[in-house]
Amino acid sequence: MRRFLARRLAHGAAVIFIAASLSFLLVHLAPGDPFSTTLDSVSINPSVKAAWRAAYGLDRPLLEQYFRFLGQLARGNLGPSLLQPGPASTALADAVPNTLLLMGTALVLSFVIGIGVGSWQAARAGSRGDRAAGNVSLVVASLPEFWLAAVLLLVFAYRFRVFPAAGVVDLVMHDSLSPAGRLLDRLRHLALPALTLSLLGSASIARYQRAALLDVLPQDFIRTARAKGVTDRLVLWRHALRNALVPTIVLLGLSLPTLLGGAVFVEQVFSWPGLGRLAAAAFHARDYQVVIGATIMGAVLVVVGGILADLLHAAVDPRVRAQ
Amino acid sequence: MASSAPDRGGAFDRAGGASPWRSALATLARDRSAMAGLAILAALAVIALAAPYVAPYDPRAQPDIVTLKYLPPTLAHPFGTDQLSRDVLSRIIFGSRVSLSVAFLGVAVAVTVGTGYGAIAGYLGGKLDGFMMRVVDALLSIPRVLLLIAVATLWNGLELAGLVLLLGLTGWFGVSRLVRTLVLSAREDEFVTAARALGATHTRILIHHILPQVVSPVLVAATLAIGNVIVMEAGLTFLGMGVRPPNASWGSIVYDGRDVAAAWWISISGGAALVITVLAVNLLADGLREALNARQLPAR
Repeated sequence: MRRFLARRLAHGAAVIFIAASLSFLLVHLAPGDPFSTTLDSVSINPSVKAAWRAAYGLDRPLLEQYFRFLGQLARGNLGPSLLQPGPASTALADAVPNTLLLMGTALVLSFVIGIGVGSWQAARAGSRGDRAAGNVSLVVASLPEFWLAAVLLLVFAYRFRVFPAAGVVDLVMHDSLSPAGRLLDRLRHLALPALTLSLLGSASIARYQRAALLDVLPQDFIRTARAKGVTDRLVLWRHALRNALVPTIVLLGLSLPTLLGGAVFVEQVFSWPGLGRLAAAAFHARDYQVVIGATIMGAVLVVVGGILADLLHAAVDPRVRAQ
Repeated sequence: MASSAPDRGGAFDRAGGASPWRSALATLARDRSAMAGLAILAALAVIALAAPYVAPYDPRAQPDIVTLKYLPPTLAHPFGTDQLSRDVLSRIIFGSRVSLSVAFLGVAVAVTVGTGYGAIAGYLGGKLDGFMMRVVDALLSIPRVLLLIAVATLWNGLELAGLVLLLGLTGWFGVSRLVRTLVLSAREDEFVTAARALGATHTRILIHHILPQVVSPVLVAATLAIGNVIVMEAGLTFLGMGVRPPNASWGSIVYDGRDVAAAWWISISGGAALVITVLAVNLLADGLREALNARQLPAR
């Protein structure tokens, strides 16, 4: 187990290194640089621009910039943000918790709902309820996340003003609220973005979970349990579900890139100040350090999440632990 | 005499379903939801091809942007009009050309690149395979949306061809992994060893003996990918980074309707077109998987 973990960590580090190099390459291959876009319209003396480029080392050969970037990165230093004051890591540190909150909530909700609905369906496979739920989850899984986000925004924030339309907290009121009020304020802001992601996520997980349970239910040990006189409910929850959870937990690790991608769209629609919104703004301004940092953070989230999913897999499945 | 009777079945009577492709097709034809998906997609393709004859109005005509804008759905305009008094239904019909062709071509690029890359890695194996797959792991761990937004903004204002290329070049990672796994197991097949013993070249072995085994799983993956890419392109366009005017995809229509307080029908119609298409694609992909799975995919 320890060796497995060590290999997994080394693999993860290699993946992050490659992702960092790729984003560096991508940013520097693109036409223009931070000082050519936003400031083109303003008449600035070319020599001033050249001095700025020199100050940030952008006039050096690409290979030299790359090695300096790697050296800085190894010390955990991304360099200054070109767009906002302070280092790029500060901008990232502000955004990452918001994205984690959104993704974490969505992940938990979609797995709880998805496993629940999928198991409920598998327990009565072929019935009218199963087919109805199957059709609903098929349709929901086909909804584009940005569109669902926009529709929820329209219905619940504009038409019926049940939930706020944007942000993490109420910018005006939040600080003057009581602790309980602040929590409620946060939850109210979280509701629609998290609902969008978890609706979509739970639909595909339900489909997956139903299939996984239907694979397990015809097996011999289930028949044995039934023959011993174990009730249907207990067979399902104690015997079948434990085994059917294994493929679903594998899915957990695999679904992270999709979830993060969905979060990028949802953050845009709900003005949620997370990684996706930061990245989009940084791309526009060609804020190299923040762009690279956001890409690396995205890869780190996916890699770490994948390792956690593997550990969880080992925790539920003794066969994996034995290896 | 029996021998003079015309040989209707030919030398190889396939009534028993001898060919795996035939029996897969027969299974698919019996799958009602897959056929419904296929029918919807075929209808969409016909509408896209015949757009100028089907659309009730010119999708770019702005008859009167003061009195005819934001008209709610009526018989004359089944999906209403937008902020520039254009007929939304006509825009959706013409938008299908952009949405469908961008997705189809993007997936074609992705499948080609992914199959080539995966086949090389799986066939050659060893250290090169290890390195090539690490690169794919890294590419897969960066969310695709982030890559798309990055390239679309850094190379400001992509033409349609550029967008197709971008969607293709960010879409092959998964395909390459799938192909590599399949090639890796096909490489060990006895008939491949036999072909090698007979002196077949690597190219011949790869093209004639190994790649045919990859076709059906890749077909399923490609079908699913088309649905995905339609949505991604629409999302990118919705954020103002994908298809740009004067071209318009379904994503542009959802974007046009972003002022939902003024007119809900624009966004809803554009989104409905997306949902119906993706649903049809998913139904077809499910059916294809069922029909091809038992015979072609290696057992898990």
